[in-house]
Amino acid sequence: MSVNLTLLLVMGVLYAIGIYLLLERSLTRVLLGLMLLANATNLLLLATGGYAGLAPVFHKDIPAAAYNDPLPQAFILTSIVISFAVTAFMLSLVYRSWLLSRADQIQDDREDLRVARQDLFDAEEDSEIAIEVSDFHENNQPAASREMIRQVTLKTAKARGQHPGGGHGPGSRPGTGGGA
Amino acid sequence: MVAVVAPLMFSRWGRSAFYLLAAVPAASFAWLLAQYGNVYSASRPSPALDVPWIPTLGLNLTFRMDQLSWLMSLLVLGVGALVLAYCARYFKTDDAGLGGFGAQLLAFAGAMFGLVTADNLILLFVFWELTTVLSYLLIGYARTRIAARRAALQALIVTTFGGLAMLVGLIMVGEGAGTYSISGLLARAPALVAAGGTPGTVLDVGVALVLVGAVTKSALLPFHFWLPGAMAAPTPVSAYLHAAAMVKAGIYLVARLAPGFSGTEYWQVLLTVLGLSTMLLGGWRALRQHDLKLILAYGTVSQLGFLTVVVGLGSREAALAGMVLVLAHGLFKAALFLVVGIIDHQSGTRDIRELSGVFRSAPKLGVVALVGAASMAGLPPLAGFVAKESVFSAFAANARYGAAGPVLEVAVLALMVLGSVLTFAYSARFLWGGFARKPGLPVTAFEPVGWLFLGAPALLSTLTLALGVYPAPMETWIAPYSAQFAALDPHGLHLRLWHGFTLPLALSAVVVAGGASMFLLRGRFEALQGKLPPMPDLERGYRQSVVVLDLVAIWVTGRTQRGSLFFYLAVILATAVASVGAVLVLTEPSWAGQRYFLDMGSPLQLVAGAAIVVGAVAAARADKRFMAVLMVSVTGYGVALIFALQGAPDLALTQMLVETIILVAFVLAMRSLPAGLRERAAGARKLVRILLGAGFGAVMVLVGIVAMGSRTATPVSLSLPKMAYEGGGGLNVVNVTLVDIRAWDTFGEISVLAVAATGVASLIFVRGRGQRLARAETVATGSVGRIGGPGMLPSAVVELAKRFAVVPADPWLVAGRTLAPERRSIIFEVVTRLVFHSIIVLSIYLLLAGHNGTGGGFAGGLVAGLALTIRYLAGGRFELAEATRISAGTLLGLGLAAAALTGMVPLFLGGEIFQSAILGFDLPVFGHVKFVTSTLFDIGVYLVVVGLVIDVLRSLGSEIDQHEEDGIGAITLIEDDEPLEVVR
Repeated sequence: MSVNLTLLLVMGVLYAIGIYLLLERSLTRVLLGLMLLANATNLLLLATGGYAGLAPVFHKDIPAAAYNDPLPQAFILTSIVISFAVTAFMLSLVYRSWLLSRADQIQDDREDLRVARQDLFDAEEDSEIAIEVSDFHENNQPAASREMIRQVTLKTAKARGQHPGGGHGPGSRPGTGGGA
Repeated sequence: MVAVVAPLMFSRWGRSAFYLLAAVPAASFAWLLAQYGNVYSASRPSPALDVPWIPTLGLNLTFRMDQLSWLMSLLVLGVGALVLAYCARYFKTDDAGLGGFGAQLLAFAGAMFGLVTADNLILLFVFWELTTVLSYLLIGYARTRIAARRAALQALIVTTFGGLAMLVGLIMVGEGAGTYSISGLLARAPALVAAGGTPGTVLDVGVALVLVGAVTKSALLPFHFWLPGAMAAPTPVSAYLHAAAMVKAGIYLVARLAPGFSGTEYWQVLLTVLGLSTMLLGGWRALRQHDLKLILAYGTVSQLGFLTVVVGLGSREAALAGMVLVLAHGLFKAALFLVVGIIDHQSGTRDIRELSGVFRSAPKLGVVALVGAASMAGLPPLAGFVAKESVFSAFAANARYGAAGPVLEVAVLALMVLGSVLTFAYSARFLWGGFARKPGLPVTAFEPVGWLFLGAPALLSTLTLALGVYPAPMETWIAPYSAQFAALDPHGLHLRLWHGFTLPLALSAVVVAGGASMFLLRGRFEALQGKLPPMPDLERGYRQSVVVLDLVAIWVTGRTQRGSLFFYLAVILATAVASVGAVLVLTEPSWAGQRYFLDMGSPLQLVAGAAIVVGAVAAARADKRFMAVLMVSVTGYGVALIFALQGAPDLALTQMLVETIILVAFVLAMRSLPAGLRERAAGARKLVRILLGAGFGAVMVLVGIVAMGSRTATPVSLSLPKMAYEGGGGLNVVNVTLVDIRAWDTFGEISVLAVAATGVASLIFVRGRGQRLARAETVATGSVGRIGGPGMLPSAVVELAKRFAVVPADPWLVAGRTLAPERRSIIFEVVTRLVFHSIIVLSIYLLLAGHNGTGGGFAGGLVAGLALTIRYLAGGRFELAEATRISAGTLLGLGLAAAALTGMVPLFLGGEIFQSAILGFDLPVFGHVKFVTSTLFDIGVYLVVVGLVIDVLRSLGSEIDQHEEDGIGAITLIEDDEPLEVVR
C-alpha cells in the first residue's frame, strides 16, 4: 500500500508538540496538547486511507477503489465529535480549578507524598496489648487482670507517645485512628 | 446450606438455635453410621459421587467415602455436633453476631466434611482454603478485641502461605502423575516414584510443597506460633478447630498421601524432624504457661508433632497406631477444651494462679477433666493409653526391622518417650492448675454447672473410657486403611489394653515415672526454665518479617507513586517510545509499499501541512493564553483543509464547525483567567519533555510508514459503498456507516457526549442543572453585564448606545434589551435576527440530506449549535434562555431515547438490533419519498449534539457571566466547595 509522507510528517510534528504540551504543569497547555494529539491521531487515521480520492458518495458508475476510504472517515468523524465533548469537559475543569484554588496548575498529590513518608507504627498491628485470660472479661473481671490490663495500656500509651510518627503527632495520620 | 439461613434462626430462638444447628451434623453422623456397611463391604467399591464441574481443567466435584474418610468424618461430625450443642449454653443469648457465628461454625463443619471426603486434588484445596477463611472469621469472632483480630489475621496469613505452597505442589503432583483424582493418583504413585528421573523429581518436590501446606495447617515448627495465638477465639471454636478438626486437616493429608508417597525423597526427613522437634518444643512450652487454654494449646502443638511422625512413617503398625492416636486425641483434647470453657464461663478466669479449689466446687466437671487429662498423659485404661502403647510398639518394631538402621530409629523412639514425659507433666500441671486447692489462694467463686452444659465433654470422656477398655472396634475401622502399607512386625499389632509385660509397657512406666517426678519438682523445673536462655521466638520472627514487608511496601510505593502527573506520564510515554522503538529497530521491518512525498491528487496538502506545523510550533511557544488557543485553532482548521483535499467533505465540515465552537468555548471559559501563561518549567524537565515529544513523534511516523507499507490485503471498505446503498439505502457512505453499519459505535459515542455534557454542567453549576433560568420579562432593561465605571468607553459611544437602547421600536432580539447599553451591537443584533432562522433551516437540511449527500446528524447539530451561539453572543444569557426553552438535559434524553428506540424496534419486528428499513410512500407535493428508518437514529444524534452545545453555552457562557457579575471570579481564595453556591 502507498504511504503518504506529507501526512505522516505533519502528524509527527503534531504528536511531538502535543506530548510536549501535555507534560506541562499548566492545565490550559495540557488541554491544548490533548487537542493537538487528537488532530494528530485523526491525520494518522486519514493516512491509512491512502491517496486522496473522490468523496464517498455512491454512484453506480464509480468503482469502489476510486473513493477515498470511507471507513477511516467514519472513525475520524466519531473522533472529532468526541474530542469536542472532552475538550468542553476539560475546559470546565480548568475553570473550576481556577475558581477553587486560583490556579490552573497541576499540583502533586499530597496524599501520595504522605504515603511515602508514613512511618511503620500501626496501632492495629504494633501496639502492645493485654494478655487476656478469659472470654468473659468485661462483666466478670478479676482485680489482678484488670490491673494488668491497666498497666499494659499505660505502657502502650507511653510507647505511642515516644513514637511521634515521622514528624507529626498521633492522630494526624488518617486511617489509623480507629484501628479497625 | 443450613448455614445460610442460620442467622434467621438466631433472631427467632436466640442461643437455643445452636441445638437446631447441632442437629445437622448429628443427622449426618447418624447417616455416616448407617453407611458403615457400604464403606466396609469387601465386595463393593466405596460410595462415591461425581459431578462434572470444570472438566476441561480436570476439576470435578468428586467425593469418595472410603474407610479413612469415614473415620475422619466420624470425628469431624461427631465433635462438631457436640460443640454446637455446647455453644447453646456457652454464649449469652444477646451476644452480638451470634447468628453469623453459628452459621460459620456449621459451615466449617461442612467444609471439613468436604475436605475429608474430596477425591480431587483441586477440590480438596478448595475445601482446605474454605476452612482457612472460616477459621479466620471464627477466631476473630470478638471483633472489638484487638487480640482476636490480630490472631485471626496471623492465622490466616500463615495458613494461606502454606496453602499457596500446597496449591503449587498439588498442581505439580497432578500434572506429574497425569491425574487430579486422589484415588487414581495413589494407585499410580508407587510406579511413578519408583521410576525416578525428572517426573520422579517433580513428584518429590510437589509432595514436599504439599507437606508445607500440611505443616502450616497442623501448626508444626516453624509455623506453630499461630495456634497458641488463635486461642483468642471463643473456647468452643478452639475445641473444635484447634483440637479435633482443622489442625487435623494436615494430619489427614499426610495420612491420605502416605500410602503412595511415604517413599519420596523429602517425606521422611521433613516429617520426622519437624514432627519430633515440634513435639518437644510444644511440651516444653506447655510447662511454662499459666493460662489453662494455652497449656492445652501448646499441648496440641506437641501432640500434632507426635501425630505427624507416627502417621507419616508409612508402616502398617504405625498407620494403625497413628489413626488410633488421631481418634483418641480428638476425643480427649476436645473434652478438655470444653472443660476449660466451662471453668472460664463459671469463674471468669483461666489463670491457674487465680483458680483454686474448683474440684471441690464442681466434682463432676473434675472427673470429666480427670479422664481427659489421664488419657492425654497416657494412663490406663483409657484410649490415650491404648494409642500410646501401640505407637511405642510400632516404633519398636520399626527400630528392629526398619530400613533406616536401628541407631536412628531408636533415637526417634527415645525422643518420643521424652516428648511423652513432657506430655504427662503438662497434663498433671493442667489438672493441678485447674482444680487443685492451692495454699495461699482463696477458693474461687464457682457457679454450679448445668447438665446441658456439661453434657458434651462428659460424653467425650465417656467415649475415651469406653474405647480404652474395649479398643477392638477401632482396629476394625482402621484395618482396611492400614492394610495399604507393608507390615514390618511379623507378629502384627493388635489393640489391647493389656499386652503383658512388654517393651511398650516398660516405656509407659518410664513416661509415668519421669512425668510424675517432673511435675512434683515443678518449682525447680520452672526456675530452671527461667534460667535457660530463651529460645528464638518465632512469632517475633513472623512480626519482624511483616515489618520488613511494610517497609518494602512503603519504599516501593514512595518510589513509584510520586503523586506527580508529569512523572507518571513521562514513565508511560518513555516506555511506549522505548518498547515500540526497540521493536522497530530490532525486527528489521519490511519497508515495502510505495512511498511518496507529494500526493498528486492534492498538491495543496503541502501548503496546509506547512500551516499546521507553523501553528503547532507557535502554540507551543506562545506565552499568552489566547494566542496559544488561536494557534491550536489554526492547526485545527488546517486539518479541516486536509480533510477537504483528501476527499472527505463530511469531515472537513464537521471539523470546521467543531473548531469554531471550541474557539468560542475557550474564550468564554478562559475570560476570567489571567492572560499570561505562567511558570514555564525550565532545566532538566524541559529537556525531558522535548526528548519525549520528539521521540514519540518520530516513533509514530515510523510506525505509520511500517504499518501502511506492510499492508497487503485489500481494504475491507471496498465493499462499503455497495453495502451502504443496497442495505442502508443511502448514498453518503460515511453517514450510512455511522448510523447503520456501525450504529453500535455511534450509539456509544452519543452516550459519551451526553455524559460529557452533564459533566460540564455539573462542574460549573455545582448544584442542579440550572433548569430555572429566569425569563427575560423579569429583568430590567439594560441591567445585565454593566461594565461599570466611567472612562471604560468614550462617553459619546455610550450616549449613542443608550439612545439606541430606548428606541421604542420592535426589538431585533427577544431579550436584547436586557443587556447593558454599552454591551450591545446593533449590527450584530440585526445580522443575528436575519440569519438565525436560515441557519436553523440549513442545519435541518444537513440532517436530512446527510443520508445521501454531505451532512448528517453531527454536522446538522453543530450548525444548530452555532446558530444558538450567535444568539447568545448577540443577546446575552437571557436571549439564550429564551431561545432554548427546552432544557439541555431533556434534549440529551430525547436524543438518546430516539437512538435507542431505533435500535430496539427492529427486534420486536423480528429483525436484528439497529437493522434499518426503507419505507417508500407518496406525498402530495414531494412525489415519491424514500424514507430510511436510520434517519430517526440520525435525529437522535442531532438532538444529543444540540444538547451538548447548549450545555456548553449555558455553563461556560451564561453561568460564568453570572459568576463574573456576582463577583465570584474576583474572590481571591475560596477554600472549599461551599461558598461556590451562587446566590441568586
